[in-house]
Amino acid sequence: MKDLAAIAAFAAVVGGLTLGIDSGVWLTFIMMALYASLLAQSWNILGGYGGQFSFGHALFFGTGAYVQAIVQLTLGWNAWLALICAVAAAACVAAFVGALTFRYGLKGSYFALVTLAFAEVFRILAVSVDFTGGGVGLMLPLRESFGNMQFGSRRGYIGLVLGFVVAAMLATSWLRHSRFGAQLQAVRDNEDAARAIGVNPWSVKLAAITLSAAFMGAGGAFYVQVFQYIDPGLAFGPVSSVEALVAAIVGGMGTLWGPLLGAAVLHLLAELTRNLFGQLPGLNMIIYGSVLVLIVMFVPRGLSGVGLSVRQAMRGRRG
Amino acid sequence: MYDSGILFSSVLNGVTTGAVYALIALGLTLIYGVLHIINFAHGAALMVALYAVYLLKTHFGIDPYLALPLVVPGMFGLGYALQRGIINRAGHGKDENILLVTLGLSIVLENLALLLFKSDTRTIETPYTLTTVAIGPAMIALPKLVAFAGALAASALLLLVLTRTDLGRAIRAVAKEKHGAKLMGIDVDHVYAMCFGIGLACLGAAACFLLPVYYVNPQVGAGFVPVAFTIVVLGGMGSFGGALVGGLLIGLVESLGGLFLGESLGQIGIFAVFIAVLLFRPQGLFGAKA
Repeated sequence: MKDLAAIAAFAAVVGGLTLGIDSGVWLTFIMMALYASLLAQSWNILGGYGGQFSFGHALFFGTGAYVQAIVQLTLGWNAWLALICAVAAAACVAAFVGALTFRYGLKGSYFALVTLAFAEVFRILAVSVDFTGGGVGLMLPLRESFGNMQFGSRRGYIGLVLGFVVAAMLATSWLRHSRFGAQLQAVRDNEDAARAIGVNPWSVKLAAITLSAAFMGAGGAFYVQVFQYIDPGLAFGPVSSVEALVAAIVGGMGTLWGPLLGAAVLHLLAELTRNLFGQLPGLNMIIYGSVLVLIVMFVPRGLSGVGLSVRQAMRGRRG
Repeated sequence: MYDSGILFSSVLNGVTTGAVYALIALGLTLIYGVLHIINFAHGAALMVALYAVYLLKTHFGIDPYLALPLVVPGMFGLGYALQRGIINRAGHGKDENILLVTLGLSIVLENLALLLFKSDTRTIETPYTLTTVAIGPAMIALPKLVAFAGALAASALLLLVLTRTDLGRAIRAVAKEKHGAKLMGIDVDHVYAMCFGIGLACLGAAACFLLPVYYVNPQVGAGFVPVAFTIVVLGGMGSFGGALVGGLLIGLVESLGGLFLGESLGQIGIFAVFIAVLLFRPQGLFGAKA
């Protein structure tokens, strides 16, 4: 109940801010921070609560993005219908990849590398086949209306992505309090022990990767609706995989608010360095990378761990 | 159908490229086998080595092959310092943190190169760049042949160090049982840094052999990373002989895939091998059963 209240308060605050702010720069900032939060929370469901480190979440992101574009362009269907297809397709791809990899007991570095490889395979396929538009990519025509899920103002998109983020938060909160979530965390902490008390690790992990991928697919669909363009590198390249996992780990894996905090902080950092040093190509990313290393060096438990340590220190526990 | 000449030259091409891949993968597998970390900065480090070779040639006129005694120790020093000074300290022994650190390092290195050299793709001219040698029915560029021989020699040297020297014994001891090695008086942090240094030194050698027939730009490493991972997994993570054979195999798969499936789809062969190995023989061709 505490989680639900907090999520509702979060949605109300973001919604209020969005309505109160008129600056386009800040509206775009809120939109992109929420979008990064969505990717991070999606990764967190599998990586943080399931303990399965994926380096290839772009696989699900790209699947969602391409299905969102293709269903509208080729089949001529409505954008909202396309969104359902995109989420379902990402979940199906995840179920397929998960069924294969978890069946053979791949974990740790192996699981990480196989997801990376699948994303690369999809990238090469997207370049090579026709219905994805090849290397040129696909462009959605600009037709602003609610029915087309294209909004004249950033506020519309913020509403959309806020909806996704709240759904992902609710799913995460469910993982924290449900029987399924307990099983998933048991598998994460000790797979053999979990099996011994009657948990089926294969089906639990399979459900987790499918759930995680559904939100990643929604992220891909959102990307296409906002930028009206997708190509193989954007869809299946390492950028969105890295964005998702870095924000989740920096913020704090296996926590409800860590991924949001990580996404917001990193996005703020990226924007700041780009505005301050953007005229010199590379300098902003040098600072970004250095800060990333420094955060890991000095805040090993993630940003949300800082608050925890402070609280513990104030209670006088563990010195 | 393809006549045997084309097929043969394609095989030759694949094996010579594969030898350089093997050298790159050898560094990666050493780092993985001993430190148990996946070094995401491997591609960026290769890029740094390539720029070093490039600068030595353009500013001091040093031939890439003669640059070996400069670039290899230089990369070793860089690796030792990175592991000792940054990765070890920031990692706190947690896999996810080490992953982020190497990722952060690769972002810094790549963008440093972008800042210093812009995103232009650069190549060097050597007297032998266009020299070709006839082997049976096929012609092959001389630098590729040198790269093949050099990569094999470097790999042999590395294997010798690992099996015949005290350092090699210490490395293998740490790889097998860290705490036991520590109790025997082995300085584990030093061995870790040595391994990282040697891993990057392999890249230095690979860069010297690669640049006469290749190019360098800030993103050049990214193309090698998935290939090197594939080889490491194919050969068995941490297996040196496996990395060597895996490198040659992957070079072949890439070359023949390109011949039969075309340039863009040909790369799929590499990842098909990768996924098949991960699924059906995750310990790799030569790896011990996990």
